[in-house]
Amino acid sequence: MNEILENTVIAESVNRYVIAAPKIAQRRKAGQFVIVRVDEHGERIPLTIADADPARGTITLVVQAVGKSTAQMATLKPGDSLRDVVGPLGAPTHIERRGTAVVIGGGIGIAPAHPIAQALKAAGNTVISILGARTQALLIMEEEMRRASDEVIVCTDDGTCGLQGFVTHALADLIAQRGKPDFVFAVGPVPMMKYVSLLTKEHGIPTMVSLNPIMVDGTGMCGGCRVTVGSEMKFACVDGPDFDGHLVDFDELIKRQAFYKEQEQLAYQQMQERCQAESLAQATPS
Amino acid sequence: MSDQLDPHEIERLRSLKPKERMQIPRQQMPEQAPDVRRANFREVPHGLPAMTAIVEANRCLACKKPACVEGCPVGIDIPGFVALIVQGDFEGAVRKVKETNMLPAICGRVCPQEAQCEALCVVGKRGDPVAIGRLERFVADWEREHGLVEPPPTGAPTGKSVGVVGSGPAGLTAAIDLRRLGHEVTIYEALHAPGGVLMYGIPEFRLPKSIVSAEVEVVQRMGVQIEYNYVIGQIETVDELLERHDAVFLGTGAGLPWFMNLPGENLNGVYSANEYLTRCNLMRAYEFPYSDTPIAASERVAVIGGGNVAMDVARTAARLGAKEVYLIYRRSEAEMPARIEEIHHAREEGIVFKLLHNPVRYIGDECGRVCQVECIRMELGEPDASGRRRPVPVEGSQFTIDVDTVVVAIGNGPNPLVPKTTAGLDVDARHGTVKTNLETMRTSKRGVFAGGDIAIGAATVILAMGHGRKAARSIDHFLRTGVWDVEKVE
Repeated sequence: MNEILENTVIAESVNRYVIAAPKIAQRRKAGQFVIVRVDEHGERIPLTIADADPARGTITLVVQAVGKSTAQMATLKPGDSLRDVVGPLGAPTHIERRGTAVVIGGGIGIAPAHPIAQALKAAGNTVISILGARTQALLIMEEEMRRASDEVIVCTDDGTCGLQGFVTHALADLIAQRGKPDFVFAVGPVPMMKYVSLLTKEHGIPTMVSLNPIMVDGTGMCGGCRVTVGSEMKFACVDGPDFDGHLVDFDELIKRQAFYKEQEQLAYQQMQERCQAESLAQATPS
Repeated sequence: MSDQLDPHEIERLRSLKPKERMQIPRQQMPEQAPDVRRANFREVPHGLPAMTAIVEANRCLACKKPACVEGCPVGIDIPGFVALIVQGDFEGAVRKVKETNMLPAICGRVCPQEAQCEALCVVGKRGDPVAIGRLERFVADWEREHGLVEPPPTGAPTGKSVGVVGSGPAGLTAAIDLRRLGHEVTIYEALHAPGGVLMYGIPEFRLPKSIVSAEVEVVQRMGVQIEYNYVIGQIETVDELLERHDAVFLGTGAGLPWFMNLPGENLNGVYSANEYLTRCNLMRAYEFPYSDTPIAASERVAVIGGGNVAMDVARTAARLGAKEVYLIYRRSEAEMPARIEEIHHAREEGIVFKLLHNPVRYIGDECGRVCQVECIRMELGEPDASGRRRPVPVEGSQFTIDVDTVVVAIGNGPNPLVPKTTAGLDVDARHGTVKTNLETMRTSKRGVFAGGDIAIGAATVILAMGHGRKAARSIDHFLRTGVWDVEKVE
């Protein structure tokens, strides 16, 4: 059991959790993740660690409510506990001094981008972060990213904040105006990582991406998280989650991510109906 | 299950002459009918009623030099416990079993008795062997159902402490024996539940999870601490464990699924057996959406492989509602590594055996879900290294089968997480196993012992238990003497 110390809504359907996990807080490195189970019926949800405070013994997770489990998690209050938190899992991000590094976070992917930006900066890189969101209300962690970066470029699909357009546009502009950065790290929706990687491949910029495929155990046992990287089969949970963006078969990954969509929607819908019924019952005077 | 004893009948049976005993047929264990059990996850056999167990026990000839014991990897005093069943002393019988095997409810269900104790049973030379496994299961169930399970006494505290990595059959057995010898034990388990393969791998209908939980509870009552969600190699290394433990036992199992590197293997609906079974057993996907973990809804499933795991997967798929389940195996039935009982149960449940077939590639639909498996027919050639005749493809014999789910059950390698992160631990380059002296269960690294699948590659629950037991003795020797380089531990 791991106690939730804080649960804050930081954007529409996006919560920031501070969770007591002293040992993980000490051990985790940038790029690693945990697997969380909300209750005893819960599925195992892989979530990248967004931050950690070893002194306080906490880790920070930023989670978007997209299905039953994550919606259920959003209802938890400080003082409640998660049934299980296991980690740190996965290999840490390879951090070295390369010069100028562009860190791209798309949507909820800004959360896992945060420790990467921190680590790259700590290693002596000039860090330019590009943050992308559909709209201003969905933009998260801008302040934290500003602290972790030398420069931040914000872009939204609808232009409500920063530049209008996708992160790929911002990256293309950056390359056109200031030349090629030495390294790009991208994390976010799979199509975003795909198009970032296509662009950087054209320019020959080394690019790493952080993948979050469907997985069960997170220790290399089930193989559910397998991805094709340079025509080799890799398990994202132990071989990754970071891979060379120029070698990942993103189209395959997009299909694999969608496999349980129908079932997940069914479970989510049933939960919402049950919640509505319960609140109706409570609202009706007896 | 009937518990009623008939004292007169017990006496009559005891007075039988050996010749008359030989006339008693092997007693059948009642089980769910195939068409009923195909629609549920409850255990298939119901266990023996008490009087039936006594009748079966009377078939034992109480050999002076019991061959059956030779066939038991842990050397249970089989004639001893069977003789107590004959007397109706079930409590005595289960105590006798537990002198050597602390987990009889599990072994009675999942041991391949037909290849071990029962294979050597003298009665079996002229007919059917004594149903030793069923009797073992009977006494263990009887004890649990009567609330008589008592943790064995623990030894006087030695002040030494052992870290056990993994709570599967090897780790649990080692932990029990180490507590009996008075050492402190902490088990580190990567998953959120104990039992390892007993929990995530073997299905509910073959080994109810309540039984695994009951056995683990006994281990905990002996004072063994279990740390869940604790992945050694990630949260801590073996060297760090050695800072607070005097020895470490590695029982991390065969947690690395093999694939065949075929085109289309990453299509949706293609699973490893580990994933399919873990979703269903550990995560209870068969209760979805009551439990949150989904599993593919399937009409037509192909299972690749011919071992016990393949049978477990095929029978699980049937229970999840698949109309057609094909078991695709490249050799013939005679070479199948699965237990006869499992093959028999699978056939009864309507699993279609595609023997001497091998998958060549998987074909997907526009959404990326598998929709066909292309197979090639095989024939048996010259014997290979395993002594079995090598399957050879028949040129031009390819054909396709329509499927919506494929489960690859061709075996597992040792999980590399611990070997990869432990300095000074020699690993077999070809098999990925931790190099282990199988007499002493000692590895190349001082203070580190190993057993079960991590030491020998995927094998059986009982072999893992045997390793756990041997390791406990060897660890005890090491902790008492401090001597590491030994060839044998008495």
